[in-house]
Amino acid sequence: MTTADVAPGDLRSRVGTDRVHGSLYTDPAIYALELERIWYTTWVYVGHTSEIPQPNDYVRKDIGPQQVVMTRDKAGGIHVLHNRCAHRGNLVCDAEQGNSSSFRCPYHGWTFANTGELLGFPFNQGYGGARARERLSGLGAAPRVESYRGFVFASLAAEGPTLREHLGAAADRIDQLVRLSPVGEVELTAGWVRHEVTANWKMLVENETDGYHPQFVHSSIFSISGSGIGALYSDKSTAVTRALGGGHSENDLSPEFRRLGVPMGWAGTPESKIPEYTAAMRAAYGAENGDEIMINGSPHVMIFPNLFIAEIQLFVLQPLAVDRTVQHVTAIQFAGAPDLNRRLVTQCVGSVGPAGMLLADDAEMYERNQRGVAQRRPEWLDLSRGLHRERTDEHGFTIGTATDETSMRAMWEHYLTLMDPS
Amino acid sequence: MTAVATSIALAEAEAFLYREARLADAWELEAWEALWTDDAVYHVPVDAGHDPRTHMSIIFDNRNRIATRIKQLQTGKRHSQRPPSRLCRSVSNVELLDPEGTDTVVTSVVQILESRDRGLTWWVGRVTHRLRRVDGQVRMAAKTVVLVDSDHALPSMSFLV
Repeated sequence: MTTADVAPGDLRSRVGTDRVHGSLYTDPAIYALELERIWYTTWVYVGHTSEIPQPNDYVRKDIGPQQVVMTRDKAGGIHVLHNRCAHRGNLVCDAEQGNSSSFRCPYHGWTFANTGELLGFPFNQGYGGARARERLSGLGAAPRVESYRGFVFASLAAEGPTLREHLGAAADRIDQLVRLSPVGEVELTAGWVRHEVTANWKMLVENETDGYHPQFVHSSIFSISGSGIGALYSDKSTAVTRALGGGHSENDLSPEFRRLGVPMGWAGTPESKIPEYTAAMRAAYGAENGDEIMINGSPHVMIFPNLFIAEIQLFVLQPLAVDRTVQHVTAIQFAGAPDLNRRLVTQCVGSVGPAGMLLADDAEMYERNQRGVAQRRPEWLDLSRGLHRERTDEHGFTIGTATDETSMRAMWEHYLTLMDPS
Repeated sequence: MTAVATSIALAEAEAFLYREARLADAWELEAWEALWTDDAVYHVPVDAGHDPRTHMSIIFDNRNRIATRIKQLQTGKRHSQRPPSRLCRSVSNVELLDPEGTDTVVTSVVQILESRDRGLTWWVGRVTHRLRRVDGQVRMAAKTVVLVDSDHALPSMSFLV
């Protein structure tokens, strides 16, 4: 199918203020259009600078189904290159990561610098000599690559809003995360678990800041672990769901954490277990500020379309087909916090991935949703929860209660601006 | 007792592995849990070369977390196991490796066919058991399952592997 199969105006008729049409999750033509207008246009999170700390480091990443290589050149510049030889289209980079100033295609030996520039092509008389470099292509490169506090994003469109414009208020949430390091840096060095679900990518995006589901989907673990997470997403919770603009949204749990008033209470980690970390935080930010940062905790924010920071773990969403999505997940590590970091790995591994005590059940919901939404009636998915009680907070953001669908409605509003800009 | 007196012979190790496999397939959760020692470690790595304390794993459970995993399944609300996967696994290529202290180390290959609504999933991996005799019974102090595709995206795997 081609994008021409989606007629102008089709999308607007399928997204209402309080409902969306089921075909948005199942129609391959819409998925094809999403790749063009969202994934290959807007800013997409690619990787973190801590994954390529040294000159000439590289790591393979993806932008939806597109395989890319994120490189750091010898001068420190970061590039996002398509993994495709300019000669016959072969994959030029095999290794998951490494250190090299160039990539050599195994097929006919063409070599490319880690900036994408074509360096050489064997037996070059066949091209009329080395000067043919001027007319031959280098590796395809993302025309725009920018990073914010170490988080590298790429846009495959040459023009558009800047990364800062795209992130908007979501940048503050990255700041909130990074402040939890006594030296102000996040490191993604714990490796990745990859978890595939048979579901449309938007099922995942919507679930990430859906505060309505935890009490039901995760009751099995909340009931036996004595976890306080369930209560954060109850009718009585003072937490809020906030639309941050640009399709980004968060479950702001900090009102509950402030009520608790305990440094690191948000992580369920008593201070006595991580004395070095809490001391380093107070030394870095001062006793009062340090405590405030440790009380407020880490964000729970979905940065549209593919970066989900969930307090202690970071997910990257990768659509592969209309009904196939991979979640790449790692434990967030804070520079200067080794005692905390080990606990975060242990906690994260218990929760996420194919066997995770939380995520395996989320995945089950995504897959059941995908099967259910293919049924013919009633065609629409309801998005009305909390619409009547939405309000505007002191910063001008639309907020709902902890369990309201404010985040989903805002995601779909932004979705339309990208998919049907007319 | 000496290490020799407590060691476990191949035939006894094989019998233990088959029993463990049968209990896991049959969802005999309490009997399966009772096979572990108090200091048990249950590990399904992404990359067996990495330290699981600093790197992501698919499963890295100490004895407490094994108990939590079993309790979660017993709530009847572990959605990814409602209904439970239908399982049949085959254990083969069993060999004794060099012991670790007084523990017997056994390597084997496991192939598991899992049936769910999503379809059939074929799980294959190299397994290492560290076995120990406790009060006359063979118990497992550690089990590591290195899936052949652990570095790729995997579907949910919420049964006892």
